[in-house]
Amino acid sequence: MTGPAPGAGPVPRERPCPGGAVDREGAVEMAALAPILRMSGIGKQFPGVKALDGVDLRLLPGEVHALMGENGAGKSTLIKVLTGVHPVDAGEIELAGQAVAFGSPLEAQAAGISTVYQEVNLCANLSVAENIFIGREPRRWGRIDWRRMRVRAADLLDRLELDLDVSAPLSTYSLAIQQMVAIARAIDIEARVLILDEPTSSLDAGEVEQLFRVMRALKEQGIAILFVSHFLDQIYEISDRMTILRNGRLVGEHLTSELSQVELVAKMIGQELADLEKLHGEAKVFDRPLVEARGLGRTGAIEPFTLTVHEGEVVGLAGLLGSGRTEIARLLFGADHASTGEIAVGGVPVSLRTPRAAMTHRIAFCSENRKSDGLIPDLTVRENIILALQATRGWTRPVPREQQDELVGRYIKALKINPANPEHLVRDLSGGNQQKVVLARWLILEPRLLILDEPTRGIDVGAKAEIQRLVARLSDGGMAVLFISAELEEVLRLSHRVGVLRDRRLVAQLPNDATLTNDVLLETIASGGPA
Amino acid sequence: MTTETLTHGRRLAVPAKYVPILVTACLFAAMFVAGGVRYEGFASGQVILNVFIDNAFLLVVAVGMTFVILTGGIDLSVGSVVALSTMISASLMAGPGWPPYLVIPLVLLIGSGLGLVMGYIVHAFDIQPFIVTLAGMFLARGLCYTIGTDSIPIEDPTFTAFAQTRIDLFADLWISPSVLIAAVVVLGAAYVLHYTRLGRGVYATGGSEQSALLMGLPVGRTKITVYTISGFCSALGGVLLSFYMLSGYGLHAVGMELDAIAAVVIGGTLLTGGSGFLFGTVLGVLVLGLIQTIISFEGTLSSWWTKIFIGLLLFVFILLQRLFSARRRN
Repeated sequence: MTGPAPGAGPVPRERPCPGGAVDREGAVEMAALAPILRMSGIGKQFPGVKALDGVDLRLLPGEVHALMGENGAGKSTLIKVLTGVHPVDAGEIELAGQAVAFGSPLEAQAAGISTVYQEVNLCANLSVAENIFIGREPRRWGRIDWRRMRVRAADLLDRLELDLDVSAPLSTYSLAIQQMVAIARAIDIEARVLILDEPTSSLDAGEVEQLFRVMRALKEQGIAILFVSHFLDQIYEISDRMTILRNGRLVGEHLTSELSQVELVAKMIGQELADLEKLHGEAKVFDRPLVEARGLGRTGAIEPFTLTVHEGEVVGLAGLLGSGRTEIARLLFGADHASTGEIAVGGVPVSLRTPRAAMTHRIAFCSENRKSDGLIPDLTVRENIILALQATRGWTRPVPREQQDELVGRYIKALKINPANPEHLVRDLSGGNQQKVVLARWLILEPRLLILDEPTRGIDVGAKAEIQRLVARLSDGGMAVLFISAELEEVLRLSHRVGVLRDRRLVAQLPNDATLTNDVLLETIASGGPA
Repeated sequence: MTTETLTHGRRLAVPAKYVPILVTACLFAAMFVAGGVRYEGFASGQVILNVFIDNAFLLVVAVGMTFVILTGGIDLSVGSVVALSTMISASLMAGPGWPPYLVIPLVLLIGSGLGLVMGYIVHAFDIQPFIVTLAGMFLARGLCYTIGTDSIPIEDPTFTAFAQTRIDLFADLWISPSVLIAAVVVLGAAYVLHYTRLGRGVYATGGSEQSALLMGLPVGRTKITVYTISGFCSALGGVLLSFYMLSGYGLHAVGMELDAIAAVVIGGTLLTGGSGFLFGTVLGVLVLGLIQTIISFEGTLSSWWTKIFIGLLLFVFILLQRLFSARRRN
């Protein structure tokens, strides 16, 4: 790889700091000339997959560097190779000019490379102070000095503007706070490089702000931060430079200020953004009701609602978290029992007492929690896809292997599941591809009503667009879709009709015409009635 | 009284982690009071000390088990290792006439070695501890019978002295040397768990092995160490049992692994690991021992009632644990 892309100049943008001490400026410049971390020509092979191929990465002291790429582009692998979780197959890593190779995260930590992962990797059963210091507890005469540990923990958290009871178990605090504790732990190890792997995915806006404040403070102290996030706005708010990966290869290194969001997305997915506005063809008429819920409700979960989904129609459900979106889906799938009301499928009243009953009426439900409810990580892609089909047939009539291979092959191709190997373990797939496997499993049953609960959460732009296109295609083919998403734009883009929920009540059903905009939806959610 | 303490605990000072141990403590107190009311001569300090004297070996074994369960593992081999230890001690002293100061270290070494090997297998091959220690259980029990199928009496003067010595405390109370040894083991283990990196690593591993690994803790070493500790404690328990029984026999301590697990669970340690205290295990052993005492005071009840009560208690405590962990999640 020669000369990565424009904007890879050796001197990073530094905010001019008027009146700053001369020698300090000099030091910053000196340090800036030499990256604190340089990875070059990194290659990593997993069984059947080339995860990384000739990837370069440079981190400068005092910068926030975004590592961008779709799911499966190799971001996580690059981080794991850097921190010694996996050994490198090819290439070199230099830390402060010296070649290094870490055998474990512990060694990487000792050298000053700390990582905070997407899932908080702390022990919730231990106290806050202990989580910060475990493995490096202050000791006196060989015994752990608990008092000094608590004092130091409080000091450290103070630097992050956090005021916690450090002797309380970590489990008593929110995920966001736990994340900050993880960062406190990371920076106490005299970190020179701090890796934040999707730290914001479970934080709300205020918490993200708090995190960014901490990141800026650390930046001031000259720490290089490698930041991974799916939220482009966040990337543009906090990062100075970025490195973009695609399919395990380096696409380029850019100054954030010189790359527009559209360009970035195009580079990440390797093509110009599909015109998502034109997802649906010409206007359709919906006159064949498929599933009708009349006065359906469940005490304490969702107030009685009436909702009809027609063949070929996409009905979006919008509302805040906990407003009753998932509860509607679970009632229609028979996962919960309705306490009032009735359901008709194709005009015939039915009783959906179990998911199995719903499945015989060809209603499918992709739950929002693909990790815990949906996939079996230790089975192959093929086995996971076949699972629901097999379940409808009963275990005494196995699906013939030939038919399995044919079906699975078809859906792997249709959904572009990557790697396109039916015998790959689902565990090793990226989030977006796992989501596609869940989808394939239900699609194979050829459902008439497909309920999708947050199908695009936590997956990247490219996979998201693909899933949206798929939903549009399916509904054009006559399938009814109930689409639940926290992202209003997505709901608006896909749905023919939008049901708005508020406080466990279906407050409005709005046809998606030219008058329906994001603001109207927000207004409806906020006011609790049709605007 | 009990309920008042509990509701207070939830709202005020007592942190949630101490609640299970408090429940056990209250249970013990209630049993003691009930026994004292019902039977004459029950409410004396010596009754409690006798529980210690009769269960010193179980206490030591349960201490080792606590380490293992705190990491989220289990050690089924402890009963067999206890039996093997009595067998090796008895045969070496009866046959070649080895002196105790050689026999005891050797037995402790063998027990620790067995634990080390099992821990290594659990860690290196990533196999469920249940199955590894099950294998160890059969192995150790089988080894007993290669030494001899009959009970071998111990006549060594040091052992008999240990068996008969009474250490007088104040006011007519006394304990056996075994209790002293068990007390030292408990205190040492409590210190290790609370004040050393090894101990905190044990809790971290039990809390989340994955996280502990990513936090750079020596998880593998910790796991191997806890099984070694458990092996050592089992061997020491075996030595104490041979003081108590003055014999070595392949049928000693059958099912003791289950008593040890029961004591740990009743003492409030979560079977999933990461939460619990050594003091809880002491209380657990006391509760088990007190059940036996009550049944012997009752006189007419068969000793199998002990098992029935332990079974019922275990059900209650496991349900309690479930409730606590469910509430913590909410």
